[in-house]
Amino acid sequence: MSESDITLYRLQACPFCERVVRKLDAYDLDYQSRFVEPMHADRDVVKRLSGKRTVPAIVDENTGVTMSESANIVAYLERTYGEGEETAGGAA
Amino acid sequence: MELDFDVVDLDPVDHPEEGDTAPDFTRPLVNDEFWEDESLASLCADSDRVVLVFHAMDGAFPATYIWNEIRDRAWHEQATVVGVSISTPYEHKQLLEERDIEGDYRLFSDPANGVAEQYDIDMDLDGMAGIEEPRPSVFVLDSDRTIEYAWVAQEWPDFPNYDEVEAQL
Repeated sequence: MSESDITLYRLQACPFCERVVRKLDAYDLDYQSRFVEPMHADRDVVKRLSGKRTVPAIVDENTGVTMSESANIVAYLERTYGEGEETAGGAA
Repeated sequence: MELDFDVVDLDPVDHPEEGDTAPDFTRPLVNDEFWEDESLASLCADSDRVVLVFHAMDGAFPATYIWNEIRDRAWHEQATVVGVSISTPYEHKQLLEERDIEGDYRLFSDPANGVAEQYDIDMDLDGMAGIEEPRPSVFVLDSDRTIEYAWVAQEWPDFPNYDEVEAQL
């Protein structure tokens, strides 16, 4: 199953995570979701990957990038996959 | 255990048999750190042998007994062993921790009982309106999902014959 190039570490109902999901969907990117512990102190899997226990975090095998913080991730996705379309609904 | 009364008999069902290909499904698979959608087919492709254990919801004593027994027999050393119940991923994380099987075993979460329906082993629960779960069952599969061993409970409650399963590993 986990054949997608992008893995998203997320927490159920986390608005910062949903923000990243919206962007992944907008660019029609295939991704695998991994849902982690609500308890911050127990999120060792994310800590090992990104150095922090915060979600969202993504691992993008296409580019070798591992990153956390939703604003950073959104900017990264726009830069990498946006191809100049600045915002959804903008001029075609 | 000898009881001086009859336990509940379950009606025969048309479940997948030895030699059949086990129905594939995808559900959240819970490990000690996260859960993600995983298919039975991909588990089988990665392992010579998969043991699929359907059990009562987490917290019910049969779930506790089954995982204590499997843990003590260390089946994980010989096969990929996964459970299926109607419990949520959060409950599965707790079961993994409480039974001290984190890292060795993983659990599929199937709250709507759809996997049990695929296998024709779904069972209503008397006195719990709107809730059904799988009959206790064990399927041993090879890497093509061919069923090498199948056991489905015919009484309620009922427990696997652990020695028989172990002989397949």
